[in-house]
Amino acid sequence: MTKRLVLIACFLVMVLAPAAGAGQPPRPQQQDEFVPVSELPPQEQLPSPPLVITAYAFAWLAIGGYVLSLARRLTVVQHELERLEADTRRGR
Amino acid sequence: MPKWFRPAAVVCFLMLVVSPVLIANAPFESTMGLVQKIFYYHMPSAAVFLFSALLCGYASVRFLVSRDSRHDRLAWAAAEVLVLFGAITLVTGPLWARKAWGVWWQWDVRLTSSLMGWMIGVAYLLVRKYGGPGADKLAAGLALFGMANVPFIYISVNYWRTIHPTTNVVPSLPLSMGVPFLFCFAAFLLLFVLLLKLRLRLEEHRARVDELYLALEDR
Repeated sequence: MTKRLVLIACFLVMVLAPAAGAGQPPRPQQQDEFVPVSELPPQEQLPSPPLVITAYAFAWLAIGGYVLSLARRLTVVQHELERLEADTRRGR
Repeated sequence: MPKWFRPAAVVCFLMLVVSPVLIANAPFESTMGLVQKIFYYHMPSAAVFLFSALLCGYASVRFLVSRDSRHDRLAWAAAEVLVLFGAITLVTGPLWARKAWGVWWQWDVRLTSSLMGWMIGVAYLLVRKYGGPGADKLAAGLALFGMANVPFIYISVNYWRTIHPTTNVVPSLPLSMGVPFLFCFAAFLLLFVLLLKLRLRLEEHRARVDELYLALEDR
């Protein structure tokens, strides 16, 4: 009995599946040719200015941040050096 | 600081300030347009990144052979500059690539080997900071790998099929693009020398502090 029900179900799926597919909207035609970036539709094109500005801003911030970090570390060490040299002189 | 440092720092700052004006006035590249202007900072920073890796490796070899701490200090300073300019290269590159290639990143030989070189620099700094006793020699070993990677990064685009342009781009630049490029290149080279000198001074001060602490303890 169960075997018969499974066979009927398989038959229905095979018969009805193409019919259900036929009711769906047609697939868009696939692109099979190279499209230059300049000819892409506007919604697909990426604007250049934000990328260029981000690149230059990052470079400036990274260099500036590093210079500030170096200056801060140098100041700390310079103070420590002066303090130690004063201690050494006092110890003489 | 040496006498030349301050004038050189002023010149370098002015060059970096003027560079965006020259870049803005340079002509647009015909296929990529505006985004190609990232090149004027991307390529000099990449060159300085490779110089730093070579210098770090060279100083490390000298240190391993002679055990002279001056070479070790130079290697450490170069490693920090390497990480800075490597980061600029690896951030500006994908920003350019997203528009030019349509992807942020491509696991091709040039990009992957550059990332490896930068990670070796980061590993060097991490070993120096957290490695404990003997970290100087361990880090020097790492720097050798970083130095060996440099020729591989440079020639990779000429020997393997890659999406990255070859090394023939710079010599073939027209004068209108070559002048701003050389200006930026000179500014970055000067910046490299200045940052290296400043970082080296920090290490020299630290070494002096250590000496004084030892001298005070011995009393």
